[in-house]
Amino acid sequence: MNTPNSHITKIMHREPQQASTRLELINICKSYNLLRANDQIHLKVHAGQIHAILGENGAGKSTLMKIIYGATKADEGQILWNGKEVKIDSPSTARKLGIGMVYQHFSLFETLTVAENIQLGLDEKIDIKTLNEKIIAVSEQYGLPVDPRREVYSLSVGERQRVEIIRCLLQSPSLIILDEPTSVLTPQAVQQLFKTLKLLASQGVSILYISHKLHEIKELCDEATILRNGKVTGHVSPEENSTSDLARLMIGRELPMYIHDEYLGEKQVLFKVSSLNQPTDDPFGVALENISLNLKAGEIFGIAGISGNGQAELLSLISGEKITTNGSIYLEGQNVGKISAGARRDLGLGFVPEERLGRGAVPNMTLSENALLTAFRQSLTKFGLINFEKTKLFAEKCIEKFSVKASGAQAEARSLSGGNLQKFIVGREILQQPKVLIISQPTWGVDVGASMFIRQTLIDLSRQGVAILVISEELEELFEISDYICVLAAGKLSEPMQTRSTNAEQIGLLMSGITSVAHTVDLAHSQQVQA
Amino acid sequence: MYLLEPREKPSRVMKWLSPVIALSAMLVVSSLLFLMLGLDPARALYIFFVEPLTSLYNLSELTIKASPLILIALGLAIGFRAKLFNIGAEGQLTIGAIFGGGIAILFHDHTGWWILPLMVVMGAIGGAFWGLIPAFLKTHFNAEETLTTLMMNYVALFVLLYLVNGPWRDPDGMNFPQSVMFNESATLPFVIEGTRVNASIFITFLALVIFWIFIKKSMSAYKLEVSGQAPMAAKYAGFSSKKAVWLSLGLSGFMAGIAGLCEVAGPIGQLNPNISPGYGYAAIIVAYLGRLNPIGIVLSGFLMALLYLGGEMAQMELQLSVAITGIFQGLLLFFLLASDVLIEKRYRFAKKKLKPRMSETDPTVA
Amino acid sequence: MSIEVTAILAGTIAAATPLVFAGLGELVAERTGVINLGVEGMMLVGAIAGFAFAAQYEASVASALLVGALAGMLMSLIFAFFTLSLSTNQSACGLALTIFGIGISAFIGQNYVSTALPGLQNLNIPVLSDIPLIGPILFQQNYVVYLSILAFIFVWWVLAKTHLGLLLKAVGEAPESAHAMGYNVLGIRYCAVLFGGAMAGIGGAFLSTVYTPMWIENMVAGRGWIAIALVVFAAWKPARLMLGAYLFGGVTILQFHAQTLGLSIPNELLSALPYVATIVVLVVISRDKKLLKLNFPASLGKTFTP
Repeated sequence: MNTPNSHITKIMHREPQQASTRLELINICKSYNLLRANDQIHLKVHAGQIHAILGENGAGKSTLMKIIYGATKADEGQILWNGKEVKIDSPSTARKLGIGMVYQHFSLFETLTVAENIQLGLDEKIDIKTLNEKIIAVSEQYGLPVDPRREVYSLSVGERQRVEIIRCLLQSPSLIILDEPTSVLTPQAVQQLFKTLKLLASQGVSILYISHKLHEIKELCDEATILRNGKVTGHVSPEENSTSDLARLMIGRELPMYIHDEYLGEKQVLFKVSSLNQPTDDPFGVALENISLNLKAGEIFGIAGISGNGQAELLSLISGEKITTNGSIYLEGQNVGKISAGARRDLGLGFVPEERLGRGAVPNMTLSENALLTAFRQSLTKFGLINFEKTKLFAEKCIEKFSVKASGAQAEARSLSGGNLQKFIVGREILQQPKVLIISQPTWGVDVGASMFIRQTLIDLSRQGVAILVISEELEELFEISDYICVLAAGKLSEPMQTRSTNAEQIGLLMSGITSVAHTVDLAHSQQVQA
Repeated sequence: MYLLEPREKPSRVMKWLSPVIALSAMLVVSSLLFLMLGLDPARALYIFFVEPLTSLYNLSELTIKASPLILIALGLAIGFRAKLFNIGAEGQLTIGAIFGGGIAILFHDHTGWWILPLMVVMGAIGGAFWGLIPAFLKTHFNAEETLTTLMMNYVALFVLLYLVNGPWRDPDGMNFPQSVMFNESATLPFVIEGTRVNASIFITFLALVIFWIFIKKSMSAYKLEVSGQAPMAAKYAGFSSKKAVWLSLGLSGFMAGIAGLCEVAGPIGQLNPNISPGYGYAAIIVAYLGRLNPIGIVLSGFLMALLYLGGEMAQMELQLSVAITGIFQGLLLFFLLASDVLIEKRYRFAKKKLKPRMSETDPTVA
Repeated sequence: MSIEVTAILAGTIAAATPLVFAGLGELVAERTGVINLGVEGMMLVGAIAGFAFAAQYEASVASALLVGALAGMLMSLIFAFFTLSLSTNQSACGLALTIFGIGISAFIGQNYVSTALPGLQNLNIPVLSDIPLIGPILFQQNYVVYLSILAFIFVWWVLAKTHLGLLLKAVGEAPESAHAMGYNVLGIRYCAVLFGGAMAGIGGAFLSTVYTPMWIENMVAGRGWIAIALVVFAAWKPARLMLGAYLFGGVTILQFHAQTLGLSIPNELLSALPYVATIVVLVVISRDKKLLKLNFPASLGKTFTP
């Protein structure tokens, strides 16, 4: 399965003669207990180069970046900076060397302003007034519009990323690491980011771009280092390789193909939301406006959109975790808007949330106990007392049918890998034979194998007559499995379209097109890019 | 500054060892305290911890103190599983004593088998009522139960003071703030010859059995457990957090109320300002020390009773203030909390500098 | 009648002073995400420490307050050690501290029950105290009251205007992020908790050496808990805390003037008034979800592991 290092393919486009090596990693190894997260990693990044680190979830990218950024230390190996060996033992050391990091999940303080956040992160002392001016200067120079006086909680995700980047830039880095930066951006905003990065590279800044999105890497990066299972499987030039080449190096096999059987039954509407309006009393929340959708038997309905546009609010209203009086929700014709989550489950609604540990499952409880969480209504209790034997059988059935790798029904939920726990949770809901299944971010943080399994399971399930709603940030995922697709942006839902009659570009436009006044800055830029 | 590192797996051994460690630490510190006071630590420890166990009479006194502690702790344990921090047991037992004691005072000139059971019922209702008020405030107004239950303790105290100083004061009591002594029909009968152990131990025992079944097997207890461990999961599963609040606070008030009634209808025999030496607070420690399970609670109930009894003995023989019991209780809880941490973590011997973690949060964790 | 009103208002300010000290201290601690339920215990220990020192050495109020502060700090150091360095549950630890504090203060205090201290003379600020009506109320207090005002200004200024204040807020919202930035979260929290302890100690010592210059077991009588509730009411803002403290001072004073005001409520029930008021205040503030969410230190009560 694993590609030995001797098969490393070195297809270099051309080695820039004058470009010096800024960062070099030699034989970096790092283990966590028995897991080899990084195994003999070699890496060379030149000045002014945009270098991709490509790999699937769990390949070791994050660990490697932590080592470079000083958040953790390698067990073996050397780091050379501009040719000299260095020891990076903390983020501040890394910063002093000139390494900057833009995290995937931002480390901003919501109740503070942009300027205050940046001030806290700087090593030198600058007063707020001077800082405001500096921030505006940098933001204009690199096309990252942001108002330094706004509180972070009022910013969109895209704006927050800009703050992170500006914070990084204010320290004049010579190497910037970006960790999965585009998962929170519309396709148009991605283009803008690429422009910024290319500008930086032309000024001699090196960029380490971590991603698993092949077409982006092909478009942006000069060179790519591919990781799989902790090892380097290739140093390639993205220009000279097809996405399937890159995919093969990344996941060791061809890109997954899903089997889409035809649904032969009647496509009746099983779940309906009609004119749902939900204002919000949460300063960090999003109001929903006039949401309507129909879920039909035999169909997978996909909602695209970046988190923070109302997904959490919509999901809690659909699942019953929050009840509503401002609109109607019908399950098989029955108005369920005011009834609780438990009661909706009784009527045949299944739900898999995006958070596994702490919401879909209780971390310290066994799989058996977690089965009870929603499946207790499968006659696992009598007169209010639990039947432990039946519960165990249910859990074991779930483990077996859904290929969950666990030591048994007595394994604790937190001891499972993300993919296996997700399979268990999905399995638990499916075994209850729901009529409608709602699933949010089905493959977040899940390895390739489990992702494929889950997606195929959803397709098969729908073909048995179940109506399925998938909410996902991954456009590719929705294009792979959904029959209909629409976009949730700023609390509004777009017109659903047949998936095969649209493309990522159009969906991207919808993501940035239906925005409120507060985000016109985004809109102006996307229009610029369009032109 | 940080002294610990996580274990790979929680230590089963430590779960049962930690109360032992806590107890030992407390004994060490208390020996030091005795030394500082110019006492012989061995003798002081003997008077405190061993002498109360030396005679049958002392053991019976121990039981009288342990019984209410266990009863209240059982009720509290249910709520603590759901991470509902109810510190209002003291007030709940007071109101229970008032409601039940009020029946005794009302029917002071009557006799009959029905008076005592009615008192118990009213005691339960009183305590439950006092617990349901903060429950209402939480479910309807989102007011945290920690502070509201505590404030209710003070209010209950003043209600009691008002009653025994005013309308319920014994006219023949020489102006002392106390009610009439309850008559025979309103007093719990003794069950062991020559001791003060009364019928309340049957109530405690019954509660123990019911509690055991409830915790081990009931779906309600499971729902509470989930609410405590992962509130988002409880919401996802459709477990009503409001019901959890009502159930926990109501049930612990119910138990505390009965315990309060049993005190005034038992060893005290009337209503006066001193119906509880802080049992409501001590029961919190009992519940924690007993790992929130029935056997543990019984054992720690007796231990706590030992601290009380030992304090009384120390007062008689060493002229120490009974406040020393409070010192021990506080220390015990501290050490217990600290040694509990050793279940999930362990002391870091190699003082290597801890790296700052990435602020990356796992998107799959709520 | 106006003499009565003057007495009530002047008394309110004095009565509010221990709440101001303890409340400000707890506010700072909670800003960094640490909830210390041991305020009652710390105040009691500060009270007995200050009192015992003053009685034993015939010392001044100033030194008694200092001793009280040190005693409070010592108590809070125990709490900080257990919760910060040993990751124990903050709420349970705070309760343990209170139980311990009640016990130890009663234990030490038994020797001082019949001792009396001289107390403190009220100041008479020239010119200002001659202003009709507000003169006697505001400008004839003892100096500790004015000290509490200074404390408020200091805390407000630090939190609102300095880099340290920003840092405290950041640590309280997201300690992991602050830690990742390289800040010593535990160190900051230690300092905040110790400050809280010192303030609680001063508040307690004020009670025992100035407000009612004697020692009675449990004399803090729940003010520590009320101070914690006031921090919630204040939505972690110092100015609001002052408002709450003075309101409560008023409620406390009211019970002593009820008869003259013509209220025929039994004494004991009047004594319950501050506690009932606390419940009411908690209910009122908890309903304002927006205010709370924007000001609530998001990591409050949660254990942070570096």
